[in-house]
Amino acid sequence: MAHNNLNLKLKVWRQKNANTTGAFVKYDVNDISDEMSFLEMLDVLNEKLIVTGEEPIAFDHDCREGICGMCSLYIDGKPHGPWQANTTCQLHMRAFKDGDTITIEPWRSNAFPIVKDLTVDRGAFDRIIQAGGYISVNTGNAVDGNSLPIEKAKADASFAAAMCIGCGACVAACKNSSAMLFLSAKVSHLALLPQGEPERKSRVLNMVAQMDKEGFGSCTNTGACEAACPKEISIANIARLNKEYLGASLTAE
Amino acid sequence: MLDSKIPAGKLEEKWVDYKGHCKLVNPANKRKMEVIIVGTGLAGASAAAAMGELGYKVKAFCFQDSPRRAHSIAAQGGINAAKNYQNDGDSVFRLFYDTIKGGDYRAREANVHRLAEVSTNIIDQCVAQGVPFAREYGGLLSNRSFGGTQVQRTFYAAGQTGQQLLIGAYQALERQVALGNVTMYSRHEMLDVVKIDGKAKGIIARNLITGELEKHFGHAVLLCTGGYGNVFYLSTNAMGSNVTAAWKAHKQGAYFANPCFTQIHPTCIPVSGDHQSKLTLMSESLRNDGRIWVPKTKGETRKAIDIPEEERDYYLERRYPAFGNLVPRDVASRAAKERCDAGYGVGTSKQAVYLDYAAAIERYGKIEVSKQGLKDVAAEQIIAMGKQVVKEKYGNLFEMYAKITGENPYEVPMRIYPAVHYTMGGLWVDYELQTNVPGLYALGEANFSDHGANRLGASALMQGLADGYFVAPYTVGNNLADEIYNAAIPTTHPAFEAAAKAVADRIASLKNINGKQSVESFHKRLGKIIWDKCGMARNKEGLTQAIAEVQALKKEFWSDVRVPGEINEYNPELDKANRVADFIELGELMCVDALNREESCGGHFREEYQTPEGEALRDDENFMYVAAWENKGDHEWQLHKEELKYDVIKPSQRNYK
Repeated sequence: MAHNNLNLKLKVWRQKNANTTGAFVKYDVNDISDEMSFLEMLDVLNEKLIVTGEEPIAFDHDCREGICGMCSLYIDGKPHGPWQANTTCQLHMRAFKDGDTITIEPWRSNAFPIVKDLTVDRGAFDRIIQAGGYISVNTGNAVDGNSLPIEKAKADASFAAAMCIGCGACVAACKNSSAMLFLSAKVSHLALLPQGEPERKSRVLNMVAQMDKEGFGSCTNTGACEAACPKEISIANIARLNKEYLGASLTAE
Repeated sequence: MLDSKIPAGKLEEKWVDYKGHCKLVNPANKRKMEVIIVGTGLAGASAAAAMGELGYKVKAFCFQDSPRRAHSIAAQGGINAAKNYQNDGDSVFRLFYDTIKGGDYRAREANVHRLAEVSTNIIDQCVAQGVPFAREYGGLLSNRSFGGTQVQRTFYAAGQTGQQLLIGAYQALERQVALGNVTMYSRHEMLDVVKIDGKAKGIIARNLITGELEKHFGHAVLLCTGGYGNVFYLSTNAMGSNVTAAWKAHKQGAYFANPCFTQIHPTCIPVSGDHQSKLTLMSESLRNDGRIWVPKTKGETRKAIDIPEEERDYYLERRYPAFGNLVPRDVASRAAKERCDAGYGVGTSKQAVYLDYAAAIERYGKIEVSKQGLKDVAAEQIIAMGKQVVKEKYGNLFEMYAKITGENPYEVPMRIYPAVHYTMGGLWVDYELQTNVPGLYALGEANFSDHGANRLGASALMQGLADGYFVAPYTVGNNLADEIYNAAIPTTHPAFEAAAKAVADRIASLKNINGKQSVESFHKRLGKIIWDKCGMARNKEGLTQAIAEVQALKKEFWSDVRVPGEINEYNPELDKANRVADFIELGELMCVDALNREESCGGHFREEYQTPEGEALRDDENFMYVAAWENKGDHEWQLHKEELKYDVIKPSQRNYK
């Protein structure tokens, strides 16, 4: 396929570690094919930095096919950059024009401390799952998979919520750094299934308590999270979470 | 002699008998037994969860920031199980048979039969955990077909089956973390196995945030660290997927089996340029409905849609009428390579073939029309309805294709080409999944055991979860029962000190080379050597050259690599340098193994050994064995053979015609 080459200016957040202050550093990158992914563009820059004796830019990434949730980056004021329903690793350079200046920052949230440069610590998400984001069934306890028919619409809705990749874009997009979209996706995934019923109340109460403990902000329903979500997790899940939470609080022992 | 410890008795009774007679550890003793699990993909997360549930003290390690990131998450198409929900003739025996045949008769019967037996438990377990598998309108589980089989036994969750299964295992793992049975060490990389009196008793792990080396004791060490496809640099593996843990085990005495058995997946998005950092798979499930073709004319310049039907060569359907587009991966990949090498490839690189959905879209459209009882529907309307059905089934894959290539696959056929996807080879293990180093186990893709020379689609997820949920908890327990008299060894033991020092020395020497070339540039060069000479087709001359080239590359790496940054900090380049150094050594062994195996089988295609029709020509008389390599020092390996005995299946030339 025909492609174009771009010359770009980057403003990248550099920060040695959690205990130092960071700042933007400017870089020029030239002859970038618009067929490259955004991370491949950063690879090109890093290779240049390494051979000239500078430190490469640290950023998280792994699968590079939009599913592991490891990549992040706040690009020109948007988590995962300009494309809708997309992760940074799937963003391609044809999204940009020759001569553009691109600003690249880490996720910013007190609950996601910076590790280095563009890498942050999202351990808070694991701890929220630990608080109840599961169905308690030990290995070997299961009955036959088809002994429990589940209405297709419910199974599909559960799957739509379960598609969350735990990247944290929702938190980065939110002016309050709320984790409600992430949390509501997990609560919905499990609450929509009959298997999730026995722990339905304790799950939502415990997970919300853990979220508050981690220092995430509260939700004011601006919808910024939904707009930034690479998997298009619906904000309707937050409404369901609120209902689940209220119901559980009112009827808790 | 290699003892695979396969239990005596009839094939279908071996696992039942084993479970009925293996030694157990009582609950009070389990609490005193420490188990180290490295890697948290399907095999590792499921093993950690299951062992934690049993009450063992588990320490789990992963290099990513969370166990949920492991590369199992990227598996798209599905997971096989012999449920026979479709009433189409499936059974444990048939799944066993298909897997052995698909593997071109280079896998162990007993292991594969066990895999087929526990496959049904996996589906039940996952459903109970809340894995949202695809369902039919009646509320029951849905199935689809995959390559190399004639039944529908693949369970799936759209194109994200791996993600949903891993999230299920991850949640089970996090539950055990919350209960205090598992301690999770994220952003940690295992850099050596510690052996005491010949047994694995722990690991040295590097905290990737601080750079600190940590010593961890375990009564058993389970490596669930995936495959080594990234030796090729370009593969469908995640950027961080690596061979380091398995390679360290190999250097500590564990045999590495069949390293040349690598799987090249036929349907990946083609390489677009030198900047390419990884390749993206388009799920095999697309071959259910898509038709693969190239133009009948060499050097064709017309657009795909302008080429009339009669000028298209549906070469898989032509060569393999019985299985058509659903032949196994190795067969489909070689057929694509054959057409492109012969000059019929498409796209700018000419290294691609078409995967076409036009016929499927029309077919589904017509089905919708008749389902809804519509009459006099315009052709465009039928196509639009068909596109909607295809979107429901494969939407996320089509979107991914569009993002990467900038083309709309609903309108023009996708361009695909084979790419490295999976490695059947791995650490040699016995029936108990134990390596030849006592106390050291390998589960999932990290071992060699179940897929022979070629893996069938939707079987990797099955194997990872079988090993972790249903096999290791029994077999590891059988050996831990003998360890209950042995208290935990403090990590001040000289063996731990010595191992930690050796790791620190190696890191320091890597850092101190201070050369001129980046780690990445070495990795790219390694990948090119292995892809060109130990890829889809191999020959004696090429392999001999490749061995010399890899040896020279190793020398150059250790004298001219540049590792920036400091040792005691978060330093991804240093992590990568550690991994690439190991990949280089593995690359040499792959070529040694491929050179030794003077036959073609499954994914291993030696050009000298083929049938007149260009199919793989096995040599059962001389090569019906597992090649298990023992490391004897720099560039030196000794071959140990495990003869493969087929008591139930009679090996024959694989026939998909």
